[in-house]
Amino acid sequence: MTISAKNFRELRLEGMRRDFGGMNALKDISLTVRRGEFIALLGPSGCGKSTALNCLAGLLPLTGGSIWLDETRIDHLKPEERGFGMVFQNYALFPHMSLRKNIGFGLRMQKLPREVIDAKVEEALALVRLTKQADKLPGQISGGQQQRVAIARAIVVEPPLVLMDEPLSNLDAKLRLEMRAEIRRIHNMIGCSTIYVTHDQDEALSLADRIVVLRDGEMRQVGTPHELYARPAHADVAEFMGYRNILKAQAQSHDGARLRMRVGGAEIAGCAIEATPGRDVIAAMRPEDLTPSEHGPIAASVISAEYRGRDFYGLARTPEGLDLWFRSDIAVRPGEALRLGAPAERVLVYAGGAA
Amino acid sequence: MQNMVLTPPVPERVRLSQRLARRGFDVTTLLLLPALLFVMVLFVYPAIYGLWLSLHPMNGGGWLANYTAFFSDPYTYDTIFTTLKLAIPVTLVNLLISVPIALRVRHMRYQRMLTTILIIPVTLGTVLTAQGMLNYLGPLGWFNRVLMLLGIIHDPVRLVHDFTGVFLSQIVGGFPFCFMLVLSYVTGIDPSLESAAAMLGAGPFARFRHIILPLLGAGLAITFCLAFVQAFAVFPSAVLLGAPSGPTRVIAIAAFHAAYEEYDYSMGSAVAIIMGAVQIIVVMLVMKASSLLYRGPVAGGKG
Repeated sequence: MTISAKNFRELRLEGMRRDFGGMNALKDISLTVRRGEFIALLGPSGCGKSTALNCLAGLLPLTGGSIWLDETRIDHLKPEERGFGMVFQNYALFPHMSLRKNIGFGLRMQKLPREVIDAKVEEALALVRLTKQADKLPGQISGGQQQRVAIARAIVVEPPLVLMDEPLSNLDAKLRLEMRAEIRRIHNMIGCSTIYVTHDQDEALSLADRIVVLRDGEMRQVGTPHELYARPAHADVAEFMGYRNILKAQAQSHDGARLRMRVGGAEIAGCAIEATPGRDVIAAMRPEDLTPSEHGPIAASVISAEYRGRDFYGLARTPEGLDLWFRSDIAVRPGEALRLGAPAERVLVYAGGAA
Repeated sequence: MQNMVLTPPVPERVRLSQRLARRGFDVTTLLLLPALLFVMVLFVYPAIYGLWLSLHPMNGGGWLANYTAFFSDPYTYDTIFTTLKLAIPVTLVNLLISVPIALRVRHMRYQRMLTTILIIPVTLGTVLTAQGMLNYLGPLGWFNRVLMLLGIIHDPVRLVHDFTGVFLSQIVGGFPFCFMLVLSYVTGIDPSLESAAAMLGAGPFARFRHIILPLLGAGLAITFCLAFVQAFAVFPSAVLLGAPSGPTRVIAIAAFHAAYEEYDYSMGSAVAIIMGAVQIIVVMLVMKASSLLYRGPVAGGKG
């Protein structure tokens, strides 16, 4: 007997909407999730990602739109009728039940025969490597172990879809990396679809097959981790994906997608990601791509520098008062004057306006 | 491995305050004093004095004369059972009503307003409640008149000056107390536990049976004890709404009768001591039974 997800082809969200007393927490979310896919819902806090997850779980009713599992409409079903697995941010383990009972709870609710329950629980315990602790109460094990119990409890019922609500946010940095790999391994093994809510772009990039970036309840971009990392579709997505330097600039000349623009007193080159009708544009650069060089176009003086082992990570200010985050291979000291530059293909240009 | 020079431990002088602090006594311990004084003066001393009084019978006849007198006359010892027959059902009914209401109120938006409304009976006091119930439920009260007008009954139902009257007033007076305690225990349970159970396929009843009830058990036992002790000491409503010489001759009435009608303070104290003993026995039984229940934290994890 092995734990493997129930068979289905796809989960479809069609115009999913949720209002909270006049405020649109979710606007028109449409998405198709294929079986076995790992989707990350990424966004800053308050962007609606947890609302979206709770709507999928059935813990919050929709205000509009529908949810389909293949040809079955499921948005009117109660959470207990949907058969999805969910891993909560605080794990929500039943404190009065042993790990074994916690994991077996869903199977007992299905009224399966005892031998079947025992066998599956045993297998799930082995899957999350907690066989030895099986008879302890949740309060007697560490946070990382509790997290693994929560995952085992969600997947042992073989749900077609597993929902995870920032499951790693309560763990320390080292454990977080370990659990990340663990989550992906379990996902691959049982073949379910996973929807994973997070505000951590590293987590989303490393885990997901596709990332959905949410902001103010709207889907801003859907794409593979590489697409999102290299070519964020909007300036706000870029900012969220680690483009820490978001600068107002004036376009000077176009050459196809390439354009030259003025940023403060400097003229730099970049490539346009979206149509830039006006002169006002926004240039987005990762600190990793902005480095000191002899002929760099931007003159600035170092405000602060952080040593990071392999390199330095610093903040510099131009004479016009623009703050820039940059990376340097050699030591820089506060007060030092330097020239910064970035390769044109790493400077993304968006239409100006709100930035 | 190098040789280490072992020096004999220097006998250190430790100040008394440090030695006390190691055992958990420090200046903050002094903050206990006012409360301790209060308890000694207002509880421990009267209780010991009452016990002493009860062992010195007014009419002589040895230390235990009052107790033997109480337990040899069915008119007096029956008051224990009369009171238990009233207090236990009242407490159970109050608990049984409180739990579902608390479960519902927990998710309500106007929780505070509803709580205030439910608390009003406590603030009114027993006598005013009794007065109101006498008028409302009496033979010529609204309740009976409406029923007679509708032709449901032909003669007034006897609701006051009987067991029913005391029972109802105890429910009205005891419910808010029970409810507030139960509500605080219910709201202490992490709501994500119920969501988690729902996600695992548990319907409302299964969630209550497997999650809420086990986590609530210890709290319900404590609520039962406190509410029971309150109900067991019933006096005003038993006199005003009941039949103080018949079916609602509760143990407090027996104590009052001995102390203030026969002026036998010694016997009165003995009845009070017996009353306390019965309460302690019941509370101990309930606590013993509840020690079999889960008593740990009611949250679902670290969060």
